[in-house]
Amino acid sequence: MSVELSQVTKEYPGGVLALRDVSVTIPGGAQVAVVGPSGSGKTTMLTILGTLERPTAGLVRVAGHDTVQASDGELAGLRAHQIGFVFQAFHLQESMSAVDNVATGMLYTGMPLGQRRELARAALERVGLGHRLDFKPRQLSGGERQRVAIARALAKRPAIILADEPTGNLDSKSGAGVLSVLHELGSDGATLVLITHDVNIAGEFPRRLHMRDGEIVEDERA
Amino acid sequence: MTDVVIEDAGIPPREPEQTVTPIGRAHLPFRELVGVAFQGLRSRKLRAALSALGIAIGIGAMVAVVGVSSSAQANLIAEIDSLGTNLLTVSPGTDFLGNAAVLAPSSTPMIDHMLHVKSAAPIYQLSNANVYRTPYVPSEQTGGIGVDAASDNLPSVVGTTLAAGHFLGTVAQHYPEVVLGAQAAATLQITQVTGHVMLYIGNRWFVVVGILNPVKLDSSLDSVVFISLPVAEKLFQQLPEPSEIYVRSTQNNVTQVANLLPATANPQDPSGVSVSRPSDVLEARAAAMGQFTTLLLGLGAVALLVGAIGIANIMVISVLERRGEIGLRRALGATRGHISLQFLAESALLAAIGGVFGLAIGAGATEIYAAGKHEPFVVPMYALIAAPTVGFLIGALAGLYPAAKAARLSPTEALRA
Repeated sequence: MSVELSQVTKEYPGGVLALRDVSVTIPGGAQVAVVGPSGSGKTTMLTILGTLERPTAGLVRVAGHDTVQASDGELAGLRAHQIGFVFQAFHLQESMSAVDNVATGMLYTGMPLGQRRELARAALERVGLGHRLDFKPRQLSGGERQRVAIARALAKRPAIILADEPTGNLDSKSGAGVLSVLHELGSDGATLVLITHDVNIAGEFPRRLHMRDGEIVEDERA
Repeated sequence: MTDVVIEDAGIPPREPEQTVTPIGRAHLPFRELVGVAFQGLRSRKLRAALSALGIAIGIGAMVAVVGVSSSAQANLIAEIDSLGTNLLTVSPGTDFLGNAAVLAPSSTPMIDHMLHVKSAAPIYQLSNANVYRTPYVPSEQTGGIGVDAASDNLPSVVGTTLAAGHFLGTVAQHYPEVVLGAQAAATLQITQVTGHVMLYIGNRWFVVVGILNPVKLDSSLDSVVFISLPVAEKLFQQLPEPSEIYVRSTQNNVTQVANLLPATANPQDPSGVSVSRPSDVLEARAAAMGQFTTLLLGLGAVALLVGAIGIANIMVISVLERRGEIGLRRALGATRGHISLQFLAESALLAAIGGVFGLAIGAGATEIYAAGKHEPFVVPMYALIAAPTVGFLIGALAGLYPAAKAARLSPTEALRA
């Protein structure tokens, strides 16, 4: 499913201009890395793509929906069914097992718990954590935790996966494992947008958007 | 490393794929909401328990107040039922000139013959007699104990029994025998009647033959000792006018009998006869017990208010601490409404649990009180429903502000935390 930003500007209270006039189209199924130093507007762009925030000006279309005009409920529906997030800080619930953490990822789709658990188990198998289903996050390594978070994002088979520095908290070996899992998702036809400041990781992507000071300075394609 | 084969170069900004796909709505079914709320509480058990304790104490105090007073009330009502509400007392009032009236000696047989009257027992107050353990007790140390002459059916009419010995019988009609009221016996420190216990009444020794149990319908009889009327007339020149007549009517005709008593006791001047119903006093007391609890309930309500503030406080802190979770849930597709509902549900659930525990605490306190006082254990039915309901509502109220705060949180800011 495609994502499109057109002349998007985001200004935070206090006059901080996080995005300036950004226009980019990411077609359905594409895998794109967003590269740039911290403060360049990468995360802001991701949250606008993910409909967690609205731009100050400009047009945003996610899967054909104008998300600037949409209601809170419509955007939530879009996120619940079509968008999967992966965060640098994992954001797993400490009190829940891996399966329940992943099942919670589909909570707002209205799917019954039994079905959610089943999909969660399948997703965990897929990221190579079939033997860790009932482990609590604190019993898992950093790389395993991030793979649980990825399973949570992909279990509902979203059209778009947005990952914000998913390897930022991991050593290079665990990071490589996490990245290979993310890349494999491409075979599902999901659109993947990944933020990184690591040029090596970005190098593995067929398309790279380089950002600086709230602008896309280079749209590099392999 | 897998090679990604999707090629997107050269696709113009307005590609045909731009058709709008219908999007499902974000749902949070009620059952899931309850599950989420439980999960939230489970992950912070100690904190949840402590904040529920505030509500539990408040509700427990209120349930205990209601329970204890209900138990006492039930006990009193049971007592009234066992004593009967069909006892009437006839006593001299004032005549139309305002002078103290007297009851005619014939009053008792007249009343005894009335329709619906089961029995009548007169007592005659001896104003010139006092009771002493020995003649050596100074005469002014009377102990506040009165001396009455009584008919032999007095205990059965006023609804009491003997703690020891027997009441005045045929012997007492001719010889100086005395029966003690419960309080009089306690004052005189007499607990049993064996071994010729004697009392010195008006320059004469009397044998103690019985001790009464307390007369619950008329405690004035407890601080009196009783001798027979023939003995009283002979030894103290007692006039044969009764100072009071106790009347048992049939249960269904109490009012009717009460209305006829003045004219029967004194046909010449019915207005000089006053009739009362001792059980009315107990019934008024039972009714007053319900009133007395208002103040204590108010104190319980204050405890509850403090508990509610505690919950609001904990929820505000919880919102701040769980910003990451809130942001994540928004990212997972929760609407602002879902977030605020979640916190509202947690708060209400917490307080409802507190309410249930409060009910248990209050019922337990009532049980301990009732067992200690040998009263029936009563917690009103409405308390069983009200305790968790009140808890739930208070929790919902306390959760309003934190819930609104959680919903207002920007998801991106929350995720950064």
